[in-house]
Amino acid sequence: VQFGAFQHSCSNKIYLLLVRSVSVDLNNDASLVIDIPDALCERDKVKFTVHTKTTLSSFQKPEFSVPRQHEEFIWLHDTIVETEEYAGLIIPPAPPKPDFEGPREKMHKLGEGESSMTKEEYAKMKQELEAEYLAVFKKTVQVHEVFLQRFSSHPIFRKDRNFQIFLEYDQDLSVRRKNAKEMFGGFFKNMVKSADEVLISGVKEVDEFFEQEKTFLLDYSSKIKDATAKAEKMTRSHKNVADDYNHISGALNSTAADNNTAFKKHLEKYAEVFEKLRKLEDRVASDQELKLTELLRYYTRDIQAAKDLLYRRARALADNENSNKALDKARLKGKDIAQAEENQKQCLQKFDKLSESGKKELTSFKARRVVAFRKNLIEMTELEIKHAKVRRLKCCVYHYMFTRQCSGSHGKPGNLREF
Amino acid sequence: MFLSRLRLPSSEIQSTLTCNGQSAMSGGCGRNPPPFPDNEDQEAELDTQVLDSDDDDDEGEDIFTGARSKPITPTSAPDEGDIFSEEGSYVRSDVHHATNGLHSDEELDLFTEATVELTLTNTTSQGRREIIGPTASACNTTRVPNSILKPSIVTKTMEELEEEESGDQFELNIAVTNPEKIGDGMNAYMSYKVSTQTTLPMFLNKTFSVRRRFSDFLGLYEKISAKHSLLGCIIPPPPQKSVVGMTKVKVGKEDSSSAEFVEKRRAALERYLQRVVAHPSLLQDPDVREFLERDELPRAVNTQALSGPGLLKMINRASDAVNKMTIKMNESDNWFESKLQEVENEEQLLRRLHAAVDSLVNHRKELCSNTVVFSKSVAMLGSVEENSALSRALSQLAEVEDKMEQLHQQQAFSDFFILAELLADYVRLLGAVRCCFEQRMKVWQRLQEAQSTLQKKREAEAKLLWANKPEKLQQAKDDINEWESKVSQYERDFERVTCTVRKEMLRFEKEKARDFKQHIVKYLESLLHTQHRLVKCWEAFLPEAKAIA
Repeated sequence: VQFGAFQHSCSNKIYLLLVRSVSVDLNNDASLVIDIPDALCERDKVKFTVHTKTTLSSFQKPEFSVPRQHEEFIWLHDTIVETEEYAGLIIPPAPPKPDFEGPREKMHKLGEGESSMTKEEYAKMKQELEAEYLAVFKKTVQVHEVFLQRFSSHPIFRKDRNFQIFLEYDQDLSVRRKNAKEMFGGFFKNMVKSADEVLISGVKEVDEFFEQEKTFLLDYSSKIKDATAKAEKMTRSHKNVADDYNHISGALNSTAADNNTAFKKHLEKYAEVFEKLRKLEDRVASDQELKLTELLRYYTRDIQAAKDLLYRRARALADNENSNKALDKARLKGKDIAQAEENQKQCLQKFDKLSESGKKELTSFKARRVVAFRKNLIEMTELEIKHAKVRRLKCCVYHYMFTRQCSGSHGKPGNLREF
Repeated sequence: MFLSRLRLPSSEIQSTLTCNGQSAMSGGCGRNPPPFPDNEDQEAELDTQVLDSDDDDDEGEDIFTGARSKPITPTSAPDEGDIFSEEGSYVRSDVHHATNGLHSDEELDLFTEATVELTLTNTTSQGRREIIGPTASACNTTRVPNSILKPSIVTKTMEELEEEESGDQFELNIAVTNPEKIGDGMNAYMSYKVSTQTTLPMFLNKTFSVRRRFSDFLGLYEKISAKHSLLGCIIPPPPQKSVVGMTKVKVGKEDSSSAEFVEKRRAALERYLQRVVAHPSLLQDPDVREFLERDELPRAVNTQALSGPGLLKMINRASDAVNKMTIKMNESDNWFESKLQEVENEEQLLRRLHAAVDSLVNHRKELCSNTVVFSKSVAMLGSVEENSALSRALSQLAEVEDKMEQLHQQQAFSDFFILAELLADYVRLLGAVRCCFEQRMKVWQRLQEAQSTLQKKREAEAKLLWANKPEKLQQAKDDINEWESKVSQYERDFERVTCTVRKEMLRFEKEKARDFKQHIVKYLESLLHTQHRLVKCWEAFLPEAKAIA
């Protein structure tokens, strides 16, 4: 189950109660168990508590926690990406930066409008704000947790020294900001990447497996990106509907204070109905986002990581071919043959290694993807059913309440039996 | 059944209850920041305020507050105010479900409906309109108070007026159906079938129907208004003209927006007639009878004045006039003044509500289109997916989303026809109520003027007496007599109008409360239908999701 709560003050501190992660079963190996039990949001920074339980001797203690910021996760990701040894592995995608823009805006409004709102309005808005913060928190904690769990469940990554430092080192990792050169380098890397895309489609593939993977990944990648965007729009619409119910409920409650008519009491009761509808619609929207949209988002990124592996292999293949050509040329010229031979041997080795580990990685990626989809689709469906049943029940109850006295009018309690 | 405290196994959750003690927020949070607890073996007992995800505690209280707070014995007199305590209210205990206890694993489902099923079977779907729209069977029982049959000018007490309201009941049901386009091009018009079913003796038959066009309805309004508004009756306003909508229909556009427009108008005409016949005096009007019964009606002309904007202008002018006059009226009790204020406030409220519901309708329509687009996208994804079980599940998901779209569509329909139109109707009705108050003002003003004229005549007579001009004296005396009887007449008129307006307001308020309640109930029913279908859809999908391997 997931739940959370927090208080906020004007110094913008927000504490979160955790959120048990709803990720793929990546924690089933008890020798190294990682989770993020809580997180703290202070102004722009989120501090995640990374908690580790392990039986491995490579760690100093069997159980420990460290605070980590988002930037430190990125540092870990970049370090791993730059490690040449891991070229044949799918590097778990970096978690996106926590985005509290939406709730932050609302909090600002809350602070400004405090004096002009009634106590009830203020409390209500505060509650809504808390719910929004909670939704963002759930998402960001989930994605950071899964990131780490991908490493801990991978036989090679879990032994990585930097990963262990990340988990264990209880001081600030002092991740320095990327200087201009590095940032520019990053930009350059992206340009090279798109060149890789041309490369990957252009290179002549000898291995049937990789040929199929290439086709599949390229196609799947565009479709899942599309599905993610459409899912986001759909979730947005759900939230808009919830918002509208909120306005309706607010309007119904806004009858003049000195109005004592019976009708006003009716309206207040109706306001309650709409308030409940709002809460339920909101929950449907956020659960859908957490299970469906986030799933699609995650796998869009993961597919990209798999594609990156293919690029690296394609580059190695190209290098291999070039080294073959260079060797032939050297032999023709009779110069630098030993060097060319050495080069060719290395390129071939690298390429073979990438192919072998790549095949393993891509195969386990398929399995992982299927498992993740299954789990999240099941959970999403179960939540949809639950929410629909709750709404059904509540409508039933309100229907009953509003009609139970009428024997002659349209809404007979007997109508319920039709259901 | 709805738990107010939640206990969770600590191995699952580690909790931190915090609050920033130095909150500078007015009101603060009032709690001290507890230290980070030793997590492992502590059972986290969490205060319900803190829990947000399932939000059940207040719901439990809320839902059953109404039930619990009502006495078991039936209440006495029908209470106009409380919707929960009309005759014979009692608490039904079968609505309470047994607590289900907590599941130990992931889903802490605090809602018992997961296992305690209300046996819900599908309603026979009768088609959209009948579910949400007023049908012939949604009986519009009209009450014909006995007071109408014996004219009485004496001001009645509120109690007497109430008693008259719940007088004898006769049945009269009206339906407007079968819109048909007659003719072609710009001279084309829609003809509607108006069917009546009644036991009232004043009609020739028990069931009969006629065909009418929109201008006929406007003509009826004009006739009714001319006769009854002077008496202080609240005249239901007719549906608004729409040049754009009608032109589309005339030109022959066979798209969904034309169909929607026709349906909107048909429903509005039906509601209009139902309100007219619900009014006891209007029902007696021979013009109304003729409208319902007579085969061919002479064409109503000059209905331009009654087009939407024209009517609105009229109503707004009325309200301005009323505002100016209120100050001058010397009321014995300020019932009228405060009532008018209430009406104006309510109108503002309903406008605001209508805007919010309008937004709801639009967003739901957006949800429809976004869902369809998403469904297609998922289908594409499924077609590319190499794992066959997942591929199948994804295409099933696409189908489920398709069904979702249909449900959202239906819900948008309900949002509009049940809620939005109700609010729009009442905004206009409240305008008509203001007209009614204005009418009374006018009558009062006429009385004032007559009284002042009488005063002048008396002064004139006095002058003549003093000036000793006997030949003009007779004229003066005649004048005085004339104006005395006029004043007398106008006084009686004013009394009568005052009484009528009071009665009308009472009737109107009762109708309004009933109307709103009926519509909320219908809306809940529409939601129920939708949610039920939703459950079925997802339940059908669940095995597909589980079958992924």
